[in-house]
Amino acid sequence: MAEKILLKNIDVPGLASFEVYRKLGGYSAVEKVLKNFTPDQVTSEVTKSGLRGRGGAGFPAGMKWGFIDKKTNNPRYFVCNFDESEPGTFKDRHIGQLNPHQLIEGMILGSYALGARTSYIYIRGELFYVLRIIEKAIAEAYKNGFLGENILGSGYSLDLYCQPGAGAYICGEETALLESLEGKRGNPRIKPPFPAVVGLYGCPTVVNNVETIAALPWIINNGGEAYSAVGIGNSKGTKLISACGHINKPGIYEIELGLPVEEFIYSDEYCGGIRPGHTLKAVVAGGSSVPILPANLILKTAEGKPRLMSYESLSEGGFQSGTMLGSGGFIVMDETTCIVKNLLTFAKFYHHESCGQCSPCREGTGWMEKILHRIESGHGTMKDIDLLVDISKHIEGNTICPLGDAAAWPVASAIRHFREEFEEHVKLQKCPF
Amino acid sequence: MPEKLNIEFNRETLDLVNKIIKRYPEGRQKSALLPVLHIAQAENHGWLSSETMEYVASLLDIQPIEVFEVASFYSMFNLQPVGNCVIEVCQTGPCMLKGSEEILAHFENRLGIKAGETTADGKFTIKTVECLAACGNAPVIQVGTEYHENLTTQKADDLLEKWQAENKTSHTNPYL
Repeated sequence: MAEKILLKNIDVPGLASFEVYRKLGGYSAVEKVLKNFTPDQVTSEVTKSGLRGRGGAGFPAGMKWGFIDKKTNNPRYFVCNFDESEPGTFKDRHIGQLNPHQLIEGMILGSYALGARTSYIYIRGELFYVLRIIEKAIAEAYKNGFLGENILGSGYSLDLYCQPGAGAYICGEETALLESLEGKRGNPRIKPPFPAVVGLYGCPTVVNNVETIAALPWIINNGGEAYSAVGIGNSKGTKLISACGHINKPGIYEIELGLPVEEFIYSDEYCGGIRPGHTLKAVVAGGSSVPILPANLILKTAEGKPRLMSYESLSEGGFQSGTMLGSGGFIVMDETTCIVKNLLTFAKFYHHESCGQCSPCREGTGWMEKILHRIESGHGTMKDIDLLVDISKHIEGNTICPLGDAAAWPVASAIRHFREEFEEHVKLQKCPF
Repeated sequence: MPEKLNIEFNRETLDLVNKIIKRYPEGRQKSALLPVLHIAQAENHGWLSSETMEYVASLLDIQPIEVFEVASFYSMFNLQPVGNCVIEVCQTGPCMLKGSEEILAHFENRLGIKAGETTADGKFTIKTVECLAACGNAPVIQVGTEYHENLTTQKADDLLEKWQAENKTSHTNPYL
């Protein structure tokens, strides 16, 4: 990869301090924008860049900004989604902990573009130690004139605050996040209206993921076109991949989109291969929600083309033989992994995290957990396997928010690709692992 | 466990709460509910009693029911008493792949309690939790606002010994 965009300076000691960040060219994008750009020009650069939402949905960021209602007299809000909770995903913490000013600079740029005067970073409550780091960085930014009244004499003013969650995966869904930020239960809202029209406190709001926001300073400094020159197809730029499981080098890697999956897993630059003496069995490529793929289908598409780390390539073949880039939570499993047991932990997770508003999700996730528990502990029947598929189909698409789909896809895909392993549990009346 | 009879915040904590309330527009002080519940829980032995929640409601000028419905939604809030040091063990997929079950069993054996229980001396509670977003360093546990990553049974023993010696509490104001 030519140049790192997000993690370029991540190993520099003291990067979390204003002084070091500034010395490395930090906040130059804010200076540039406040001197030379109208808010719409900022949005235009982001649109040109082709940057897509890095929280998992991959929606074009510039287009999302473009939906904001600028006609009302109501205040507008820019909110950072730092509720990183999707199993397998641990990239945002890396930025928040080591490079908080990059996030803050991105928040200033986004807020300026959207016309927000107050912005919030909503961070999951478990990461209070990261919240404290960000709050310290925010205080430094105020002290140095990059936040507060009349920033750099431009006439533009912005207040930025951190808000903790309290242990609810669902608050990563943007409307649930806004409810939570209003001090309520994290129940997703019915859309439309979308937050760009009716968001925080009923006002126009844009919610973006940490990684999306952290890419903004580079895009402004180098131009949207330079960003869109990186990557492949409609997968522009770089992406953080958090890799975990049975690999030699778990960690957070910045890749240029389009990198072959095989290179990502086996190259020493990235995961460094499967742990010694073991072989690749399966991968969940984009956080626990996305369909699991067996080794052959994650390395190559059904047509035999090399699979690439990009939105398009990972989803090639639809859910029959493909998956999704999602949040970039890359979970690698070797041959010692019991697919049923791993799936059981995911089912338990979604059951625990369902907000309970929609009955297909509230009831269905619990049924799936119970049935998977039954199969894993040796009491399942062959009918249970079909029952799981049936329940997953009745959840998918029938809920207010995507948590229902997120709970259904892992179950459906595990049975699609590893049905014989479920059957073996039933035949042996125990877990074969 | 010493019972603190006075659930009201001291001046310093009230200043912090008032500073937080100012982060939101006028009339939107309910937005401070989650931050204030975190503080209230930490200052009241790690759990939220009805009295504590009523006090929080009065601080934010909202109905107690608005506090109850929020406190019962979020898994970080404990509505029952807990031990002085709550050990939260992640059990989700990526941690499971790296041996979290063994870590949980080890804590359970060493402390003689099951997940969800508190030791008779009130010192420790074990809680299982869902993904803590540190999967690259699995298995992971959380104690208060600390993460302990790449856990082994040996590391677990060392931590327990240290916590025993220092009479560890996980209930400290997370903002400080």
